[in-house]
Amino acid sequence: MSLGIVMLVHDALDRAGQLVRHWATHDCPVVVHVDANVTRDDYVDFTSALSDLDNVRFCKRRHCEWGTWSLVAASQAASEAMLETFADVKHIMLASGSCLPLRPISEMRSYLGKRPQTDFIESVTTEDVPWTIGGLDIERFTLRFPFSWKRQRRLFDRYVKIQRSLGIKRTIPDGIVPHLGSQWWCLTRETLTAILKDPNRPTYDRYFKRVWIPDESYYQTLARRHATRIECRSLTLSKFDFQGKPHVFYDDHLQLLRRSDCFVARKAWPHANKLYDSFLSDQPVVLTGAEPNPGKIDRIFTKAIERRTRGRPGLYMASRFPREGFEGNVTAARYTVLEGFSDLFEGFDEWLADTVSARVHGNLFARDKVHFAGGAPDFFGALSDDVSLRDYNPKAFLTNLIWNTRGERQCFHYGPRDNQDVSWDMAKDPNARVYVVSGAWALPLFHSNRNFSDIRAEAARLQKIESEHLTALRSGYARARSQIWSLADFVLNPTEPLQTVVDDIGPRGVGPLPSLPKMKSLNGFGQFLQDLKNQGMHPYLMGDFPAGHDLVPTTRILRKPYLVK
Amino acid sequence: MSVWTSYRLRLKRKQCHIRAFRKRRELTTVINRTSAIAPDDILCFSTIRNEAVRLPYFLSYYRDLGVNHFFFVDNGSDDGGAEYLADQPDVSLWSTDASYKRANFGVNWTGWLQRKYAHGHWSLVVDPDEFLVYPFCDTRPLRALTDWLDTSGVRSFGVLLLDMYPKGPMHNLSYAAGQNPFELADWFDSGNYSITKNPKYGNLWIQGGPRARAFFADNPENAPALNKIPLVKWHRKYSYVSSTHALLPRGLNLVYDQWGGEKASGCLLHAKFLDTFKEKSVEELTRGQHYADSHEYRAYHDGTNEATDLWCDWSEKYLNWRQLEMLGLMSKGNWA
Repeated sequence: MSLGIVMLVHDALDRAGQLVRHWATHDCPVVVHVDANVTRDDYVDFTSALSDLDNVRFCKRRHCEWGTWSLVAASQAASEAMLETFADVKHIMLASGSCLPLRPISEMRSYLGKRPQTDFIESVTTEDVPWTIGGLDIERFTLRFPFSWKRQRRLFDRYVKIQRSLGIKRTIPDGIVPHLGSQWWCLTRETLTAILKDPNRPTYDRYFKRVWIPDESYYQTLARRHATRIECRSLTLSKFDFQGKPHVFYDDHLQLLRRSDCFVARKAWPHANKLYDSFLSDQPVVLTGAEPNPGKIDRIFTKAIERRTRGRPGLYMASRFPREGFEGNVTAARYTVLEGFSDLFEGFDEWLADTVSARVHGNLFARDKVHFAGGAPDFFGALSDDVSLRDYNPKAFLTNLIWNTRGERQCFHYGPRDNQDVSWDMAKDPNARVYVVSGAWALPLFHSNRNFSDIRAEAARLQKIESEHLTALRSGYARARSQIWSLADFVLNPTEPLQTVVDDIGPRGVGPLPSLPKMKSLNGFGQFLQDLKNQGMHPYLMGDFPAGHDLVPTTRILRKPYLVK
Repeated sequence: MSVWTSYRLRLKRKQCHIRAFRKRRELTTVINRTSAIAPDDILCFSTIRNEAVRLPYFLSYYRDLGVNHFFFVDNGSDDGGAEYLADQPDVSLWSTDASYKRANFGVNWTGWLQRKYAHGHWSLVVDPDEFLVYPFCDTRPLRALTDWLDTSGVRSFGVLLLDMYPKGPMHNLSYAAGQNPFELADWFDSGNYSITKNPKYGNLWIQGGPRARAFFADNPENAPALNKIPLVKWHRKYSYVSSTHALLPRGLNLVYDQWGGEKASGCLLHAKFLDTFKEKSVEELTRGQHYADSHEYRAYHDGTNEATDLWCDWSEKYLNWRQLEMLGLMSKGNWA
């Protein structure tokens, strides 16, 4: 007999009784503290059900409340009873009524037997722990906390504030350095005796009565003073969520808990029958002798915390609807917005689809319909090509599209003829890669046979819209990565910008572009712009096109030399 | 929230309670087994009209999840559904022939029953064609969820109403009583939902899915709302204001996170589009008892005349809750 269990019980008494019986019948004496909030009848039922076990004791009951001294006092009383009653106990473990032993108790005893001088208690200084609730770390030890955090939150907060503003600080008693850690420990008889028999104990107790959450710091601090060899980890697997309450284990965690090789897990859902049945059964279990390895479980719960606090960027749903500015990224994945390219080149989409590995759409925000790749009437996630559905919530359309196609790069055209409601959404989105050939919208006008006064009005309208869009892209709020070329600059040297676009999306091949798309004729475009000017409109987004002669690209495609083998 | 808004919302809530109180006279007790309810039982509330064929599967589904007691308001059924319910040991049944519309689409009736019987219980308000799916629902009963919500200090649980439809015209199906409707209608839209926030009550307003796509393409603003808050730790001061889309006090509507994180949420699988649908829409159209002049049913009716097929190339076939959580239609939040 070397391991004794000090158990704090406050609810789910049937499960607690089952656990007490399990420990006790496996030669581990148990001292139980039952919360005084448990009714008299329930308590009597509980104790009488366990009366056949001769190595189980019940200590004096007191009211316990989370985060207060009462929990420490309860464990002190139970520990004292343990040390007095069971002289041959070498290690004492603090457990709760929902701490489930995961490995055979004989194995746990032999593990402890091999480490007779080791105290298993998580104990770190306040500077080194990230888990501070309510922004209190060292202040747990230097302020006073007479009010309950759960029941009297307002008084609690106010009293903290007053103390802070007055600069009141308690002095930490000599001889101790505040440490924090999991409240579930397993100490040697020597250490626990030293803590409880310390001549300064009244001083320490008085001090810790006003410390916040003393059950996470009392033993953790004093063990540092008395222990000879501290193994700074808890034998109890216990994960906390972002609110600081323990994660609960259910039936579906069975395999995970098995493989964790931990000795004890907190806490199991009282109705998780499969867990209790399999871990408390006496069937012969393989003794693995392995060191506890909670890595896998850790990952699951870390992911849960991350999901709760950061979520999946780009997802908008019934339980994630971030305020503007708190989305993380507006959309789920990187995408490319091309402006002006389809006006300037013939067959640009076919060329791009051949050159890069991505989905190349037409103008998704066009006024007539949604031009999905290949002219499809619907797309991933059952998005419809209907304009009124899209325009009802264009931002949702964009975020849905990108969310639905995670894993596949999306490219689409955009321009001043399209719905502009998403202009700012794209500009603020770090995932957007926006490439603009500014002023290219004039080319379809140039090639059209419309009445010139209509063309002039239309050009003025489109220029205004594109100019506003460019303002968004260049504003201080913009987080999209955008590149803007004027039409004139682009025409002079189209290879380099196209190479940039293709490289960013991810080309199918390597090296320089094998071919360029065919540029539409620009003969007479300079004169066309001059005519607009003559009509009193000022087309400035295209850059400088001389009226007299036409611009000619200065770069040529470098063709691969033919190889003759 | 200003004092004035807060006062107005308080008045609104009181008004809901007064309406529910007045409408209690319209309810006739058929059978009341509420004395069998234990203090921590999970309760389910529903209003039915001629839905006998759906009831066997509905009851067995929610019994399996761990609902302990069912409250039904029968709004003038004549298909034997009421008699069937009255025989069930865990059902309490009320009946009424009064106007569904004037009882705020049944909310007043169930509101009264909730106020009277649900105080301190977890209460689930669903229609007989709505089936709750929540994270881990294949391995953890509903009580695991409510226990977890209790310890997390969460009072309400939000869902997306997910319309399920068959591949091919729905009048070709033949749904039999007791059958899992999602053997027939097992397709859904995974990513075409539009969300806005309702500034008045603070709830989200979600629209989209096959109904918006097929019936409301011309006026998407009238498409039905798909956000619901069916599971609430009920207090007699609470009240639903418009169907189960929004509650008062407003804090209960905050089932979503506004700072980038995800709260836990589920889906209500909506088995509306079966062979029973056309008959139902014709009947509801003549009764004119549904929301916005039965606008929904009128649109459906026009749509279903040519044997509408809601299925499209990008429809998703339903597998399980993990699929829905991966698609982002529901979330585990920090429940692991």
